[in-house]
Order: sequence, then structure tokens, then C-alpha cells
Amino acid sequence: MKSRGGMSEYVVRRRIVLGLFATAFVALVWRAVDLQVFNQDFLQNQGDARHLRVVTLAAHRGMILDRNGEPLAVSTPVDSVWANPQELATGREYWSALAKILQLDPDQMRRQLEARSEREFVYLKRHVDPTVAAQIRSLGAPGVALQREYRRYYPDGEVTAQVLGFTDVDDVGQEGLELAYEDWMRGESGAKRVIKDGKHSIIENVESIRPARPGRDLTLSIDRRIQYLAYRELKAAVQQHKARSGSVVVLDTTTGEILAMVNQPSYNPNNRSHLKPSQIRNRAVTDLFEPGSTLKAFTVACGLESGKYRPETQIDTTPGFYRVGSNLVRDVHNYGPLDVVGVIRKSSNVGSSKIALSLDKEMFWNKLHQLGFGTVSASGFPGEASGLLVNYRRWRIFEQATLSFGYGMSATPLQLAQAYGVLAADGEMRPASFLKLDKAPRGERVFSQRTAREMRLMLEEAVGPDGTAPAARVSGYRVGGKTGTVRKSIAGGYADNRYVSVFAGFAPSSKSRLAIAVMIDEPSNGDYYGGKVAAPVFSAVMAGALRFLNVAPDALEKPDVPTAQHVALGGQL
Amino acid sequence: MKGPGLLLPLLVLAVIASAIGVVYSKHLSRKQFVELQRLESDRDEMNIEWGQLQLEQSTVATHGRIEELARLQLKMTMPDPNVVVIVQP
Repeated sequence: MKSRGGMSEYVVRRRIVLGLFATAFVALVWRAVDLQVFNQDFLQNQGDARHLRVVTLAAHRGMILDRNGEPLAVSTPVDSVWANPQELATGREYWSALAKILQLDPDQMRRQLEARSEREFVYLKRHVDPTVAAQIRSLGAPGVALQREYRRYYPDGEVTAQVLGFTDVDDVGQEGLELAYEDWMRGESGAKRVIKDGKHSIIENVESIRPARPGRDLTLSIDRRIQYLAYRELKAAVQQHKARSGSVVVLDTTTGEILAMVNQPSYNPNNRSHLKPSQIRNRAVTDLFEPGSTLKAFTVACGLESGKYRPETQIDTTPGFYRVGSNLVRDVHNYGPLDVVGVIRKSSNVGSSKIALSLDKEMFWNKLHQLGFGTVSASGFPGEASGLLVNYRRWRIFEQATLSFGYGMSATPLQLAQAYGVLAADGEMRPASFLKLDKAPRGERVFSQRTAREMRLMLEEAVGPDGTAPAARVSGYRVGGKTGTVRKSIAGGYADNRYVSVFAGFAPSSKSRLAIAVMIDEPSNGDYYGGKVAAPVFSAVMAGALRFLNVAPDALEKPDVPTAQHVALGGQL
Repeated sequence: MKGPGLLLPLLVLAVIASAIGVVYSKHLSRKQFVELQRLESDRDEMNIEWGQLQLEQSTVATHGRIEELARLQLKMTMPDPNVVVIVQP
């Protein structure tokens, strides 16, 4: 009985224990179901939030290279210092040290942080030097961290400033070619999801959200050597003549590529703290001036093209002025009877007016229009000016006459270089390009080959010993070109003592390669004639550029008199 | 009777071996991944350095600087056109 009672007691105990185990088991299963099924989303999120991270893959902006692959603009990583004001507020003892390293005003920094105390991200200073970044890293202030960003550097500084333009603090193009080719050069940063461990190092790539696409490099048509040479010569001339500004454009006439484009005054794009808007302008494509006598080359070319004139055709410019309607066209001297070559050589306004007035208006306008006057060039430069060329239907007779010597219209230095390039390229117009071209684009014919050749010989006369610009000659080469000394138009007429000195030309004349336009605005140190101010710049840049490009000399026999010999035009040499 | 008796322990062993294999290959993959990360960051560092060296070279080779060194330090001059002989092909 006792043993049976003991047995039954044992059975009860066993059942209680089993019951407890069963309950515990059910509870465990329930908990498992609860975690795995009902709370799965929440828990998964929490887990991911602790280990899954999206990291950005930085992509830098493409470089700008010159035609020989030398870098003109490079983006390089720099560190920016940022802070989480909430965390930084816990370490006020670091504030003064922080301000000192970053060279910030401590009071201003304090005000800035307090004003944004509820935010989580404030830039303290962007784009700091690597040494400053290292100091910040070793300071270890709470809530202060570095962020990698890119900053653009321009090794050639002021030499290429206006053409390249610049980027803002986020490396986005703001001016010049940086703006024009923003989409091409911009890099697109990517993102990927990763798993990080407790030490914040990545232990697994989960997925790629967006691959990083680095920006593409841009190869320009600019030749860094010629660019520097042109800049040096222009700067020297602008300083010597105390001019307000100036521009030089160098074109390759076989392809239409722009080999150099420089402006004065300039600025250092690497340090833009004292930048004036007038320095940013790429004057070679934005600033308009009346091209003056440089346009006579095209008036005469139109005359030849019309068939009414030959280089030896006589034009009487006596008595040195010419009544057109109720106005007078004047020459500097009375040149008497001149042939067409003489009109160019002496730069006679009367002669060119007589030629222009005998031409068909529509044809004259069409040729000037085809030469690129009055239209924006194909260069695609932001803010390029089109210049003024009044439609022939609205010409009065005096306007037709003044147009023939470059007044009553306006053009940019690039347009002028482009138009002279047409004469150099045997009468074919090729669109101007800032980008390096693999092959020369097809030209559009403006003048016949014969007209272009005859014009080149005449323009060689203009830089001859009897011409207006002997200073434009280049020893060893046959050079052609035309000066312009333009009185500046002011409100109500033309100024008496303010001039624009211009020279446009090409070389070598026998197998043309380069066209250069030089424009110097308001030289005010005595000389102001195009032949004295602009022509020497042309000569120096041309001589250097021909040497850089290994162009064979074409006037070796008499290096000091590159004209005369081969000219069979007219009889007045 | 003899077949299944041997098969079961064999399968158990195979499962254990494969489990260890999984652990080992996972370990290898982690190691390789860490190596990959290191190489990628090396590559980025080198790219950055390359860009900076290019920039430095370009700055040092500025034409203005070269001209100054040539003229002032090395006393170089442009040859006079009269002493230049051009060989014609």
C-alpha cells in the first residue's frame, strides 16, 4: 500500500513535470513563430539598419586636355570638414582648437553652430589643405568628420582662364567650356549596398544600386604652347600700349580648329577671391568691335568674284574724298589713281567704297554672311556674340559704302580670324571648333580658288615695305594680312581719341596653315595704328606658332623681303 | 540489412563534411573579399596620386616657368635668323 501510494505519487509528479515541459515547449514554439513570422519585417529592418549600409562610389570630373594630351584642368580629391552640431555640442572644449586649425573666427563659428543646433550636418569649411585635414583627424573632436570632395585645378592659370572657364565648389561647370561640356565631363557617382561589421569595415557587397560613371576627358583643339606664346605676346603689348583689353585668336585654316584663344585682362582661376565680372568674359567671342579696314579684304574679294574687277583694274581715288549721298567718305591722303592692289596696300576708303557701290547688294551681303559675319560661329561657346550685319534690304547707299571699310557692322575676333581663314583655305569656310578633330570637316565654298589666291597675293602687299603693316612680317615665310585702326563709336558718333587696333592675317601664303586675328582695345600710350600696335603681336605669335607646328618656310631666298619676288600684280611695286 | 546500416553513417559523415566545406569556403570568400577591398582602395589611392602627379608635372612644366629658367638661369636665347640654316628636302 505504501509502495503503491509512492507509485501513484510518482505518476502525479511525472505528469506535472511533463506538463511544465510541454508548456515551456509551446511557449518556445510560440516565441519562435512570433519572431519568425509576426515580427519578421521589424526585426529584419533592425538587423539591416545595423549592418546594411549604402555607400556612395565617388566619380570624378573628366580632365580637360590640350591637343597633345597635356592636362589643362584636373579634378583632384580634397577633404571638406563637416560637423554634426548636436554631437559637437557635447565637446565644447574642442571648439577653439577647431576654429584655430580651420582659421575661422571662433565667435562666428559658435554662432553658426548654435543657429543650426538642431541639424545633423553643417559644413565647417570646404576644400581644406591635406595638412589641415590631418590635423582635424588627429584632433578627434566629437561629431566632426571629413568628406572627400573634388576640386578643380588649372595648371596654366590665367593663360587659359576665359576659354576653360571654371567650376563651382561642387565641381559643376559655371563658365566657358567647363559649362559648355558639363554633361560630357560630369561624373555620376554610384551607390552600392554593403554589409559592415562592428568596426565599420565592409565585409560583403550585397548589391550594386548604381554603378559609378567617371566623367569623360575632353580633348581640346587648343595647343598649350601656342596658347602660352599668344598670351605672353598679348599681355606684353597690352601693358606696353596701356590698352584696356585685347584678344588673340589662332586658327588652323586646314581644319577650322582653334589653336589658341587668349584675352587680357585675365585672372587666376585657381584663386578666384577677387574676381571681377569683366575678367571672366572671353572677349575673343563675346566682345564686338567694328572691324574697320580689315574688312576691305572681303570687299575687294567680292569685287574680284563679281568679275568687274581684276587686281590691275584702275580706280581713281582723287581727290581723297568721295561724296556718297549727303555724306563724305575720306582717305587719310589723296592717293590719286590706284589699282585694286593699291586700294588694299594703301587701305583706301574711297577705293573700297567705289568697289562696294558697284556690287550687287544681295551678293555682297551674302558673301559677308557666308564668311560668318552677323552669325554665331559653330564653336558652341556659351554667351558667344553674333555681331551685327544689317540685312541688305535695309541698306542705304552710305551704309553700303561704310560697310566696305568695316564701319556700321560689328564682329568678334573669332569671326575675323575665321573670315581670314577662308581666304587662306582657298576660299572654303570651315566651322570653328574648340575640340580636336580627327579629320578636316568639308568646307563650304565662299570664294573661288582664283579669287582667294589673288587676295592672298594682295594681302602680302599690305605687309610689304610699301604697305600699312611691315611689322607683321615673319622672316622666312610669306605672310598676308590687313591692319585696321578703328575709331570707337560712342553715343552720338565716333570718338576722336579712342581706337581699336586690329590686325588679321595668315601664313604661309603659298600653302596656308594658320590665320590669326589680333585685337587691342584703346591703346593709349601714343601709338594706336593697327600696323604699330597689333601687327607686331601677330608677327611674334605667327613666327612661334609656325615653328611649333614645323611648317616649312616658303620664302627662303630673300628672308627679309618676303613679298615683291613672286608678285606679278600691278606695276607699282 | 547490411546496406542501409552502412549508408546512414556515410550520409551523416557526408553532411558534416559538406557543412565544414561551406564554412571553409565562406571563410575563403571573406578573405578574398577583404583582399579585393584593399586592392580597390589601393587602386583609388593610386589613381588619385596619378592625378596629383599629372597636375604637379603640368604645373612644373608651365611654359612661363620653363621660359624663365631657360632665359635667366641657363642663359639661353633664340638663335638669330641669320645663323639658322634651313635644310630643304
